Amino acid sequence: MSLVTPLSRVLGLGTAGGAGEHWWMQRVTSVALVLLGLWLAAALLALPDYSYLTVYGWVRRPLTSVLLILLVVTVAYHSYLGLQVVIEDYVTTKALKVAAVMGSAFAHWGLGVATIFAVLKIAFGPSA
Amino acid sequence: MQWVQRPLSPFWIYRWQITMWLSSLHRITGLLLSAGALVLGVWLIGAAGGADSYASVQQVLGAPWFKVPLVGWTFCFFFHLANGVRHLAWDTGAGFDRARIVVTGWTVLALAVVATAVFSWFAIF
Repeated sequence: MSLVTPLSRVLGLGTAGGAGEHWWMQRVTSVALVLLGLWLAAALLALPDYSYLTVYGWVRRPLTSVLLILLVVTVAYHSYLGLQVVIEDYVTTKALKVAAVMGSAFAHWGLGVATIFAVLKIAFGPSA
Repeated sequence: MQWVQRPLSPFWIYRWQITMWLSSLHRITGLLLSAGALVLGVWLIGAAGGADSYASVQQVLGAPWFKVPLVGWTFCFFFHLANGVRHLAWDTGAGFDRARIVVTGWTVLALAVVATAVFSWFAIF
């Protein structure tokens, strides 16, 4: 006999082992990306050109650096969650599915961290 | 396993409806935007590497032929953004009746086309 209630026994044990959290984080990152995405579009529109000095100077501004890092984190998370659903929908072999989701996680973390490092390097680097 | 020739999804036997097209388009644009995010990352990493490294990245990203994928990504961005807001509204239970689902579908598509044209004109060309 178990003292665990039926509810706590099934909580978090959906088909994917955490569907509620997946769904919720997809909404949280969606709302954040509406704001961050519109900011990026407006900021790119406001740049006079895409020369090295212009882009370097833009990334270096504290507000830009912070918003870019927030954008990278949110995009990486949102993209990982979305790609995971697509993989789970179309890859039917269990081993291949797990490998693909894990590979996607590595790619998202890898490129995300590299991009954040790039922004920080510019932010704390010498002024152009 | 016994294989029977059955349609896998009702997609191909349904009458054409905007809802199913926009649903597919949301997924396709999302996938393409993941690739676009990679390009954005490469762009920033290139800038962090100095003037020479930025110049070599810009050799591709700034090339005239690259304006084609850039306009494509711009459309993906604005469509996924507008249709994403439509999805968020549905999550609250709003706008789920058949008449409004069609109207908001066309609205989202029109908004994406206009925003793509404006952004492309001022920021890409």
